[in-house]
Amino acid sequence: MQRGGSGRLSRRLPGGFLASLVALLCALAPPAVAAAANKVDPAADLQAFQAYFHAAFPTVALDDFANGPYAVNQDMRKQWEEIMQFPPYDFALDAGKTAFATPFKNGKTYAGCFPKGGIGIRQDYPYFDAKSGEVVTLDLAINQCRVRNGEKPLPYGSGEIAAIAAYMASTSRGKPFDIKIPDDPRALAAYEDGKKFFYTRRGQLNFSCASCHVQAAGKRLRGDILAPALGILAAFPIYRSAWGGLGTIDRRFISCNAQVRAVPLPPEDRTYRDLAYFLAYMSNGVAIAGPGARP
Amino acid sequence: MKDDTVVTKGRHPASRRQVLHGIALAGLGMVAGGAGVLDAAWPAAAAVPASGWPQQAFAQKSEAAALKALYGLAAEPSDKVALDVPEIAENGAVVPVSLTTSLPDVSAISFLVSGNPFTLAASYRLSPGTEADVSCRLKMAKTSDVIALVLAGGKLYSTRKQVKVTLGGCGG
Amino acid sequence: MPSTIRVRAIAGSDTTEVQVLIQHPMDSGFVKDKNGTLIPSHYIETVTFAWNGKPVFTAYWGPAVSKDPYLKFAFKGGKKGDPLQIAWTDNLGQGDATTARLL
Repeated sequence: MQRGGSGRLSRRLPGGFLASLVALLCALAPPAVAAAANKVDPAADLQAFQAYFHAAFPTVALDDFANGPYAVNQDMRKQWEEIMQFPPYDFALDAGKTAFATPFKNGKTYAGCFPKGGIGIRQDYPYFDAKSGEVVTLDLAINQCRVRNGEKPLPYGSGEIAAIAAYMASTSRGKPFDIKIPDDPRALAAYEDGKKFFYTRRGQLNFSCASCHVQAAGKRLRGDILAPALGILAAFPIYRSAWGGLGTIDRRFISCNAQVRAVPLPPEDRTYRDLAYFLAYMSNGVAIAGPGARP
Repeated sequence: MKDDTVVTKGRHPASRRQVLHGIALAGLGMVAGGAGVLDAAWPAAAAVPASGWPQQAFAQKSEAAALKALYGLAAEPSDKVALDVPEIAENGAVVPVSLTTSLPDVSAISFLVSGNPFTLAASYRLSPGTEADVSCRLKMAKTSDVIALVLAGGKLYSTRKQVKVTLGGCGG
Repeated sequence: MPSTIRVRAIAGSDTTEVQVLIQHPMDSGFVKDKNGTLIPSHYIETVTFAWNGKPVFTAYWGPAVSKDPYLKFAFKGGKKGDPLQIAWTDNLGQGDATTARLL
């Protein structure tokens, strides 16, 4: 107690204050994530975030977090592996590939709107667009591309946009999330907005995203196993048998919000895009595994 | 939120499909000749309509009635029939089931779900040389038994396992 | 119109393993739509498989088979390139057929 930081600290501070500080820190799970709250430091957040999940699931490899509940529950994993022998999104994936390659009325295609022709780029989305000062998700970029080429935007959530995003994700499988937060106050504000939404309790059930996907990750919510927040976007769009088809990240945000009896935001709302930005950044290093399937 | 997906749900003009189907069946020679091959191993008591699809068996609400309509035989429990089902189904709409057996001369395999409105879910007929190793995905209305039936050497064997069907918490 | 049938048939040294996925709603007739109207039953009744023109496997399905049905089975014999003919029909008289080559 005579040497080292804690010894010096305890000499200067009354013991009672230190004890309550320690108790307060322990009450905030995960402590490291909460401790970084007063300074915008995405890199430190990321380290703490991933360390929390590695400590909670020491046997799960980083990439396996993309597989959500199947990374952490063996019985569910077996059912999922059987489904994945011939995944039900196969038809939608093909439809997405066709739609991606089909020219617009002006003769141009989606490939012209994206770097590298749109192939193998899913891991870079969402990104911060310095021109508009906003976060651009892959789904938003798909619709921006349509509008730029004189086409109507597609309805978000499911259907064609999910199929196109699924095809684009499939060309990026194995590439780790590589989200950049530039040193731009607007980008940092977007990140903070997403982070705040993630940790804020809402709805009649008074749940935050983190209540389920951080604190209760891997535990059961009735019949379901809650997916860890780490890597949670890597397998999107996802085919859910409960949906009977593919759904996008928007669709999942909206239904999650509705299920805690909160009023969901519109799809591709700025805050949802910020949330996706935060979540994808937290998953940097997790390989893209989309489209995914959940029974 | 729109729940439609990009899949076209396979709904194509029936006329075109029927034409296709006619071509397909004629091409496969399955309308008469094919069915004949399969029927050789079939118990005489079973009512098999011309199309082969066991309509009566699929209309039965009890296990015993479905079994009677399907094979006209009583089933004997057998440990040689290995049924693989999950203990807890993640989604009652998609329950993976698979069956293997070491019994020789298997000519048919069927799956029943005791808790469904109609108990017979799927019935397979195997030609000689086809392996008794089948997997598919079934809907289950509630927690109940999956019953597997194997017709081998003219005798009927069965095994059963319970699958718990729970309500999802966040499946939507 | 793309095929409603996906096939993966792999000829091994002794047996051929066949996996198929068919695009079909498999409506049970017990589910209501958003307006509370019962969706009429619409499901595949029969799927036939023939290897080199010879029937190897027939599936009879009811409405309790899952949407976009999946099926796996195996038969003795089969070599790379052999034709495997697959055809399905449903309770509304619709259907589809395809011929796959063993891999």
